[in-house]
Amino acid sequence: MENFTPVSAALGGVLIGLSAALLWLGNGRIAGISGIFGQLLPPARTVVWRLVFLVTLVAGTLLASYLVPGLGVGGPGGTPAVLAAPPAWFTGGAPLWIAVSGLLTGFGTKIGNGCTSGHGVCGIARLSTRSFVAVGVFFGAAIITVTLTGIV
Amino acid sequence: MAKSLNLPYLAVAAVSGALFGAGLYVSQMVDPLKVLRFLDFTAIPTGGWDPSLAFVIVPAIVVMFVAVRIGRRRQVPAFDTSFHEPEFKKIDTPLVAGAAIFGIGWGMSGICPGPAISLIAFWPFSLLVFLVALFVGSYAGALVIPSGHDKRLAIAQ
Repeated sequence: MENFTPVSAALGGVLIGLSAALLWLGNGRIAGISGIFGQLLPPARTVVWRLVFLVTLVAGTLLASYLVPGLGVGGPGGTPAVLAAPPAWFTGGAPLWIAVSGLLTGFGTKIGNGCTSGHGVCGIARLSTRSFVAVGVFFGAAIITVTLTGIV
Repeated sequence: MAKSLNLPYLAVAAVSGALFGAGLYVSQMVDPLKVLRFLDFTAIPTGGWDPSLAFVIVPAIVVMFVAVRIGRRRQVPAFDTSFHEPEFKKIDTPLVAGAAIFGIGWGMSGICPGPAISLIAFWPFSLLVFLVALFVGSYAGALVIPSGHDKRLAIAQ
């Protein structure tokens, strides 16, 4: 378990929890990234706060990489961020693999009403039965996918 | 309508977004390879498994759980007239199928929507391919599920 980083993981988790808590108690909104992202599309009604949230999410990532450099990937002290290469048996090329992954992620989170943040953090915290089911299914499907494709 | 352009409301969105991004960097969930090392349960017997993701999501849930309790007591958020609590209750096919499809996509890359956006800060090679596909997939999903709040509510309540 040479890659295990429980302290930075828990600190980062608290920051994500505070983000969700602030958006909920301040604006009554769920900090679910797929929802915030997905509802930028027409016929969106509340675009401004969603854009503000997404822009500051990127800025917050960048700022943190300067304030606490070298934790892992990214920023001035970190190793460059890279996407995972497709498994060796896949001959269609990395762009195709990444595109299929992105399509499935966008489509699945749209029809399933949420992702790791909306269902995983906020939904579980609200004790939503739908979110418990969704989290069990997407973690299970992801673990099976990693096992079957041998991507790691 | 005025509320969505109200300064405290947008300030909350801005600070919340920044905290989320900082949390993804500090926890290193911005790194798709680290997420994949969590999802790779085949590494458990060999000792190569990285349980960090569980150590991210549990504290996040605990903090949010407290906020939800505080919210139930206060009844209204500070800068809006009501909590936008999801009203869907039923375990329906779109929920289960959507979660399964998302899980497959997530397992292929280790990238879920939050890290996909926060990775813009570090702009790794091919991220644009993922982001365009994420957008197209989300748009396609919007065409499949019943559009409009009332119809969606009718099947999932």
